[in-house]
Amino acid sequence: MTQQFYVSPEQVMKDRADFARKGIARGRSVVVISSAEGISLVAENPSPSLHKIGEIYDKIGFAAVGKYNEFESLRQAGVRYADVRGYSYDRQDVTARGLASVYAQSLGAVFTAEQKPFEVELAVAEVAAHQDEDHLYRLTFDGSIADETGFIAMGGQVESVYAAVAEAWRTELSLAESIKLAVHALAAGSSASQAAEPEAEQSGPELSPDTLEIAVLDRHSETNRGSVRAFRRLGREEIAALLA
Amino acid sequence: MAVFPHSGQPSAGQAIRDLAAASTSSFTEHLAQSRPELLPFGQNLPAGVVPPTPHATTIVAMTFAGGVLMAGDRRATMGTMIASRHIEKVFPADQYSVLGIAGTAGLAIDITKLFQVELEHYEKIEGTILSLEGKANRLGAMVRGNLPMALQGLAVVPLFAGFDTVSSVGRLFSYDVTGGRYEELEHHSVGSGSVFARGAMKKLWRPGLTEDGAIRVAVESLFDAADDDSATGGPDIVRELWPIIYTVTRGGARKVPHATLSAVVEAVVSERTELGREA
Repeated sequence: MTQQFYVSPEQVMKDRADFARKGIARGRSVVVISSAEGISLVAENPSPSLHKIGEIYDKIGFAAVGKYNEFESLRQAGVRYADVRGYSYDRQDVTARGLASVYAQSLGAVFTAEQKPFEVELAVAEVAAHQDEDHLYRLTFDGSIADETGFIAMGGQVESVYAAVAEAWRTELSLAESIKLAVHALAAGSSASQAAEPEAEQSGPELSPDTLEIAVLDRHSETNRGSVRAFRRLGREEIAALLA
Repeated sequence: MAVFPHSGQPSAGQAIRDLAAASTSSFTEHLAQSRPELLPFGQNLPAGVVPPTPHATTIVAMTFAGGVLMAGDRRATMGTMIASRHIEKVFPADQYSVLGIAGTAGLAIDITKLFQVELEHYEKIEGTILSLEGKANRLGAMVRGNLPMALQGLAVVPLFAGFDTVSSVGRLFSYDVTGGRYEELEHHSVGSGSVFARGAMKKLWRPGLTEDGAIRVAVESLFDAADDDSATGGPDIVRELWPIIYTVTRGGARKVPHATLSAVVEAVVSERTELGREA
């Protein structure tokens, strides 16, 4: 019998957390931001088909950073959870709170019990009829859950992105203003990552519509579009027009 | 996953098969695996006579220039009794398709609900909508799933219509209780009043009908079905209940508003009153 080395539980958890944080920090950032007309989910994402943002249910959207295969499996599990719940009870019984706690439980279970924690960070957003009833939940790799007000920033260079949004965010922002602010903040994050190069010191180059993935949860989708499904993915032209 | 002693690692082929089986885009398959008791069909019915249940009857559907239309009357019957004057038998399935149901109302409404979730689920998981043929096939599979119930007297017969965004035409599909799927041309009808409605449509339907013209033909054919079939309800002038009519065009599925229908029903009723014919 070989002697097992003793590693303290604190050390095991710390190593896992460091590992997950490193994986997430390599990725690009995502901003989820509330405005008068709805909630926008804004990601820096050069791929037009591998989405970081998705629809879960009528009023609920999903955004993620980290490893694609891991957050994609979580997104699909979320859609299944929401559809089964809506089918067996009623559409209005599907809530972001319920979904977020299921995510928190599975992330927590994977973090403590599996070989390797998920290298992901998730945002679950639910739009309501009034802005102060919106729900924004941020979930981290270890299953911790935070109920945020106004906006969420996550991913690599999160400090500079967060600071840029926090500086200018107000409740009265219009949809276009909030998206511009989010894109500006993501650009600030990108330039912070290149801070080693001295010329990137002033505010970084703005991001082009080709590298942005944006979706909106419309606050009044029933009256504006006649649809209970609030989620709407913006096309390239629409993004360009909004940022112009 | 079960681990068997001495079997070693599962082969790569097995792993891929397991993965493909677990990651279905079909909501029905997901329910069958995880919560089979929630499916409307596949229940084991005890032997015996099925008690009377509400039945939904006549559905008509037809193509017109640029789309399809589907209409249903508002009556549900239980034996010789009227079970409901307000039942809706035509539903939007998704943005570009609608379905109407005839047969056992309770099961049919559940199958409709399951079909709506099925299409939305596929759209969310895959990030794209299913083709019209794909939707028609999924509905056929659901009707086939209901076959054991149908054999015990709880049959559901849907009619499916949608706008094919690839070929830019409206298309119609009918089904039998075994899930057999048949594409129909021009127009079709299901339910106990369908023989009369079909006769009316044969005379009134023309190629290249406008949307308004198709609404008129639908109201007339349901009127004729109600005239001769006791299980089909005619326009209820006392309660102002008109048929439920949906049209599907390139712009999506749209419910014909009450005001438009009122005018059409009024015109049809006054014209027939004026003619004063007996049969």
